[in-house]
Amino acid sequence: MNVLHSFLIVAVTALATFATRATPFILFSRKEREVPKVVLRLSDLLPPAVMAILVVYSLKEVSFSHLSLWVKELSAALVTLLIHLYKRNTLLSILVGTVLYMILVQYF
Amino acid sequence: MGYIVIGIAFGLLLEKAGYNWVWALGSSVFVLAGSMQFVLVGLLAQQVPLYTVLITTLLVNSRHLFYGLSFIEHFKKMDWRRYYMIFSLTDETYAILTSTEKESELMFKIAILNQTYWIIGSVLGSLMGSFIPFNTAGVEFAMSALFIVIVVEQWFDEKNRVSSIIGFICAILALLIFGSEHFLLAALGATLVALLLRIVK
Repeated sequence: MNVLHSFLIVAVTALATFATRATPFILFSRKEREVPKVVLRLSDLLPPAVMAILVVYSLKEVSFSHLSLWVKELSAALVTLLIHLYKRNTLLSILVGTVLYMILVQYF
Repeated sequence: MGYIVIGIAFGLLLEKAGYNWVWALGSSVFVLAGSMQFVLVGLLAQQVPLYTVLITTLLVNSRHLFYGLSFIEHFKKMDWRRYYMIFSLTDETYAILTSTEKESELMFKIAILNQTYWIIGSVLGSLMGSFIPFNTAGVEFAMSALFIVIVVEQWFDEKNRVSSIIGFICAILALLIFGSEHFLLAALGATLVALLLRIVK
């Protein structure tokens, strides 16, 4: 690990995150400026698409060549999904899914 | 309180990637972005170039571009504290603020409390990872679980479903075509184009 490069990665993430949050306040703080329609539509459509990508992103390290690991990830993901559909309790879903996955990885 | 548990998972992961509690503290104080900090662990572990960090952060956090729109008028009344409010407008804080009274003192307290929980959780997780010798293999699934939960929550709102499917298809295609190395930018780019086409037509 390279400390300077790591520090810069965190710094860029921090600045870019703040930039995304500050943009609407800079652009639309005066009343006469109207928010363009495309921006408003994108604000509705983008978040769910990005989250779907992040699910795949977080599971992607598992390749199809390691079939047993893939089955474990998929089972834990399915259990998380079902529990959340059924109970809709964020904390419970994350705890059960993670503990189940840890057990599957460590003992099977 | 859910924030503490997810923070612990983040701290554990960061510790596992070779970054101690100082990094957990620093990123929770200065970045403060739930899902992006999990992505950050991966970016750090792979030591990706800074332009990838920039583009990834802008796209992953693109939803934050729109959170502020709901609070432009409310934050105006809040002297210096409005800069903190803008900085700390995470998914969770946004969700809580939209559902409470828009009273300056209260909004400020909620934002501060959320970040405090998040910092405590991530430092705690990091310390647990370094001092308690338990087998943390598999704890990285907490991030997947968090994302799955958010997708399910969004799926309950029917107007989100087409977007979720577009994002999912673009992600799978990007993974098959580009492999896991350059996957994220390709998937985000393809999704942006697909959504713009959908809006324009």
